[in-house]
Amino acid sequence: MATQHSRSAARIMMAPAVTLLLGWMLVPLTATLYLSFRDYRPMRGGDLGFAGFENYTRFIGSSSFWPSIVTTLIIVGGVLAITIVFGVLLALLLDRPMWGQGVVRIMVIAPFFVMPTVSALVWKNMFMDPTNGLLSHLWRFFGAEPVVWMSEQSLLSIIIIVSWQWLPFATLILLTAIQSLDGEQLEASEMDGAPVLARFWYIILPHLSRAITIVLLIQTIFLLSIFAEIFVTTGGAFGTKTLTYLIFQRIIESQAVGLGSAGGVYAIILANIVAIFLMRIVGKNLD
Amino acid sequence: MARSVTKQQKALNTAIAWTIGLLIFFPILWTILTSFKSEGQAIADPPIFLFFDWTLENYAVVQERSNYTNFLWNSIIISVGSTVLGLIVAIPAAWSMAFTPSKRTKDILMWMLSTKMLPAVGVLYPIYIGATKMGLMDSHIALVLVIMLINLPIIIWMLYTYFREIPGEILEAARMDGASLKEEIIYILTPMAIPGIASTMLLNIILAWNEAFWTINLTVTKAAPLTAFIASYSSPEGLFYAKLSAASTMAIAPILIMGWFSQKQLVRGLTFGAVK
Repeated sequence: MATQHSRSAARIMMAPAVTLLLGWMLVPLTATLYLSFRDYRPMRGGDLGFAGFENYTRFIGSSSFWPSIVTTLIIVGGVLAITIVFGVLLALLLDRPMWGQGVVRIMVIAPFFVMPTVSALVWKNMFMDPTNGLLSHLWRFFGAEPVVWMSEQSLLSIIIIVSWQWLPFATLILLTAIQSLDGEQLEASEMDGAPVLARFWYIILPHLSRAITIVLLIQTIFLLSIFAEIFVTTGGAFGTKTLTYLIFQRIIESQAVGLGSAGGVYAIILANIVAIFLMRIVGKNLD
Repeated sequence: MARSVTKQQKALNTAIAWTIGLLIFFPILWTILTSFKSEGQAIADPPIFLFFDWTLENYAVVQERSNYTNFLWNSIIISVGSTVLGLIVAIPAAWSMAFTPSKRTKDILMWMLSTKMLPAVGVLYPIYIGATKMGLMDSHIALVLVIMLINLPIIIWMLYTYFREIPGEILEAARMDGASLKEEIIYILTPMAIPGIASTMLLNIILAWNEAFWTINLTVTKAAPLTAFIASYSSPEGLFYAKLSAASTMAIAPILIMGWFSQKQLVRGLTFGAVK
């Protein structure tokens, strides 16, 4: 029953948000696209003219490109695997009757609220330091040689830190999904004598599949652009240079802006591929 | 019709869940404990858990040496500022999409969400150089604006899902009774929408507080919030565990407390209403 009047009112109410987001999307994006076709180095002569696709080919051709893609995939894949597997298990556990459920929930969710620089530094120094870190004490207690985490197991270290931050997110969403599971269906299967594993496989997991997909997609988008965790731990050394970090180094550290912008365009394309799938699921839910 | 469980079963669940919960929470607990130790006891071998000489010295030192309150103040300005500004822009937009939806509402919502997927690093240089050229590098304004913009899609989406739960018939009835837009807002929006707005605000303050890409890249010292302050501990100050812990505890404490109140909103806000 929208009248002409209310429709124009709606348009006015939408205008600020739409304008801002449109500007936010178009202005920097156009600038990045433009720069990616220029030979632009602020520290060495500035804009040295049109470069065609040279930045794009040079970015891919550089010796750090493919390793950065592999690193990105290992980190994103590792964190996804850990957070989803343990997230499902934790959600199942937290759904069961127990004493002090609220307190346990709070403890499990807490890491999500710790700022990335804090969690990375606390893990790096107080847990993974080869001499004074708690993990080193633990290793020595069992008579093992402490691991030099940040240089020898650098990727694993970052995966552990980032997984710790994101496990609460996965758990919380999966727990929300489990709690909407129809109890009667489970009870019926229990009475029919279905073994625990079968119940999990045929009833719980299919019910969770949508939530798992959503966790997977949302986390991928956030994980593709993790930055602070690498910035304060290895600074991109020891094979931890992700695509995001490589672009950051090109643009800010070596001021090769044209080259870095071409990298930025690649990152945007990559994120969009993931985003398309996420948007489809979210979109279906709107109807 | 709760499923019946034996006492033993419940005790077993409790034991496992508490063990895992404590394990996950342990790094935070350990940081808080270490912040009250002397530097010597912080690296004691074997580690001391509770029976050390509790001291507040580290907090005093961190505050004195690095002017912690400055960074705290910057964090507050940036997170609250960007959230309030975001709400001012988002409330009318979400309100109109929830109550006078058109054929394009869904497309607009999806498009807004898609701007959230833009990787920050892809637009790093334009924003960086734009801030520098306008003299906004290391300023509150630049960060408030940028963080408002990156969170705006989340704010609009959250508000939209809350507003949609307000029954439309109430609005229709109000309109039939001849309520003006102003009256609609004062008598209907305010009481029914406040809880949703408050939840949205809480979650977005948390997200803005912890944002660590733009805050590191767009600040030097003047406008640097706690995320950037802690990053300056990366070396070699990070080896002073007790001080690192005190600084960390101060940086995360306010948000941990807020976070505990916003568990439910977290699901709604970060899944765009796709998981309920």
